[in-house]
Amino acid sequence: MAWAKKILRVNLSKGTCASEPLNMEWAQQYLGQRGLATKYLVAETDPKVDPLSPDNKLIMTTGPLTGTMASTGGRYSVVTKGPLTGAIACSNSGGYFGAELKMAGWDMIIFEGKSPKPVYLWLENDKAELRDASHLWGTTTWHTEETIKAAHQDPQIRIASIGRAGENGVLYACVVNDLHRAAGRSGVGAVMGSKNLKAVAVRGTVGVGNVRDFKAFLQATTAAKKVLADNAVTGQGLPKFGTQVLMNVINEVGALPTRNANDVQFEGARKISAEAMHEKRPTDGKANLITNAACFGCTIACGRVSQVDKTHWSVVNNPKYWGATGGLEYENAWSLGAANGVDDLEALTVANMICNEDGMDPITFGATVGAVMEMYQMGVLKKEQIGIESPFGSAQALLEMAHMTAEGRGFGKELALGSARLTKKYGHPELSMTVKGQEFPAYDPRGIQGMGLTYATSNRGACHLRSYTVASEILGVPVKTDPLATDGKPDLVKAFQDATAAFDSSGTCIFTTFAWTLGDLAPQLDAACEGGWTLERLAEVGERIWNMERQYNLAAGLTAKDDDLPKRLKTEPAKTGPAKGMVSGIDKMIPEYYKVRGWTTEGVPTKDTMKRLGL
Amino acid sequence: MQKSLHIDPNKCTGCLQCEMACSYENYGAFNISKSRIKVFNFESAGRKVPYTCTQCAEAWCMHACPVDAIRIDAATGAKVVFEGTCVGCKVCTIACPFGTINYVADSGKVQKCDLCGGQPACAEACPTGAITYVESDWTGLGKMRQWAEKTDTQPRA
Ligand code: SF4
Repeated sequence: MAWAKKILRVNLSKGTCASEPLNMEWAQQYLGQRGLATKYLVAETDPKVDPLSPDNKLIMTTGPLTGTMASTGGRYSVVTKGPLTGAIACSNSGGYFGAELKMAGWDMIIFEGKSPKPVYLWLENDKAELRDASHLWGTTTWHTEETIKAAHQDPQIRIASIGRAGENGVLYACVVNDLHRAAGRSGVGAVMGSKNLKAVAVRGTVGVGNVRDFKAFLQATTAAKKVLADNAVTGQGLPKFGTQVLMNVINEVGALPTRNANDVQFEGARKISAEAMHEKRPTDGKANLITNAACFGCTIACGRVSQVDKTHWSVVNNPKYWGATGGLEYENAWSLGAANGVDDLEALTVANMICNEDGMDPITFGATVGAVMEMYQMGVLKKEQIGIESPFGSAQALLEMAHMTAEGRGFGKELALGSARLTKKYGHPELSMTVKGQEFPAYDPRGIQGMGLTYATSNRGACHLRSYTVASEILGVPVKTDPLATDGKPDLVKAFQDATAAFDSSGTCIFTTFAWTLGDLAPQLDAACEGGWTLERLAEVGERIWNMERQYNLAAGLTAKDDDLPKRLKTEPAKTGPAKGMVSGIDKMIPEYYKVRGWTTEGVPTKDTMKRLGL
Repeated sequence: MQKSLHIDPNKCTGCLQCEMACSYENYGAFNISKSRIKVFNFESAGRKVPYTCTQCAEAWCMHACPVDAIRIDAATGAKVVFEGTCVGCKVCTIACPFGTINYVADSGKVQKCDLCGGQPACAEACPTGAITYVESDWTGLGKMRQWAEKTDTQPRA
């Protein structure tokens, strides 16, 4: 029963906060976090709702293992309808905020309506109140955290907030917690901003005490921690190099989308890799990376803590960027770097800080810059429009665009739209590297075919975190498959999607799955929660969640046509590397995938499938 | 043989497994606000530092206690609060130079680390070896070894 069994409903229009019991019947069907919050959203909102209207709801949600000693048990998700995609949005974050929310005695918070003026939610165990945030509006997430902690005279408060990007309606604004952890994708921060909700500040001293069988739980979690420690990726690779361990690997296999996916290998990859972060800089003799760090409860500790060279041109006059803070993860090093042809590690680190500081998804932001740079190269966009010369490879342009988007000035207002809307506006929609309006991340589907299907069918728009087949296709986890083959990928993608949906609903981190399977998760959940949680049941819950999300998207107006990749990936072959000459075989994989899913040729779950899953 | 908690902040990742283990051991729930060991995050320096009572031999808290509620556990050397005797006067919290004994409003008593009777839960839970339970006379042995290794750098014939 590791659920707190309590949800907080905050009506921002009326200014009310009310506690209600968690629907335990739904908890048995959807587990928690991603699955359970989506169930609430589906039940309570119209899928056709305008994502930025008061009628949309925003849910912050924990899983049953959040706030427990299970390794990585500190995750929470933000679930809503996404403004970037018009699809279901569900963004997961670590740090400490989620665990604090659970320790305050809550499974989730449902925000509805829109506050007439900027507010933040102050939550101290069961005391919840909306407080004025006018003095915080127009400021960064960093300033917001500091100010709230100072006002309450309590450094132990955990805060999730939006920066100026969320206030300004940047369509890929994120929710940032603990300064540099983010519920990153699909614009969940823009929804928060549209509700005039600046921050959620939590202090929880109740704790998580209602674990079903503590003894069994400690046994199961200890065994599972050992699995993580003994695994080469989770025990060594991730703590030492972070997700950045992938930069050179993915470049080697010719799957690093470069310069808006014109190329699949980046000549500057090494300079922005994990190895480079460890090297001493010639300028000041220090390395970019200071140390690794963990989210709450995590025994992997993949997080990066970096400090830039104070004399670097990008920060020399800006001391606020001189301290140690969250460093580059692989996706961000790619999106800010390779996607734009920029190979200046320090500049990328700073661009990443700006994204954290003002709450923007670095993947969509960086990929949008890539599209802008290509339009600049083509002469479609001019220096006068953008405000700075913007050829591929310009770190100056990258940083200027980051500042202007975060601050909502000049061309930044157009960058705020994301690449799909921006390229369309200037007559070149084919230059947007998106699915369902969301930019795909750091794996080129021409070189890793399974990722093409992953992107095309991801319920929240292009994303690697819905079925990370890279694990199988490149790293051989749990079995090695050929990255250049399309055969068998529909089954692989489905299995990954279902398992991931279960992990995302549990309160644990998806990075555990380099070592854990559902078989490692099940005993931990079973010891924590009533109801009998087996591997098979979790796989079914995952599949149920996936189909529920699919139905939501179909009801929102998406169709099979939206399960497609940008033309470039289907018509312009990879120029170099092992995948040279190849395009994505997405058109072959989709019909097979629909079949494997038990969907019609139009991508609609059949009656039988729905019945089987109890939907 | 007496043992002590030994802390190596360089190894701490800030996962707070120690705080959860401590609160579970003493309160039967995962509740880091009740933990007797605390991990401090020095954000802009990129440092995380676990900190708790080091069990002073001449413990200030023990000497200050007017009702003798803080006594030595003969087996471990830990200074242990006897809740039944403690009157919650908080004089010990003033006397302790390190802030590692604290008042708990819920119980009206003070709490401090008691080394879990010789099997500190925090050290057991720490995944990186940042918190270890080692022989008190040789808490510096690991560090000595590290430095010793560095001195052995002469080229060999
Ligand atoms: S693996 Fe990394 S992202 Fe996941 S919980 Fe651990 S530190 Fe956080």
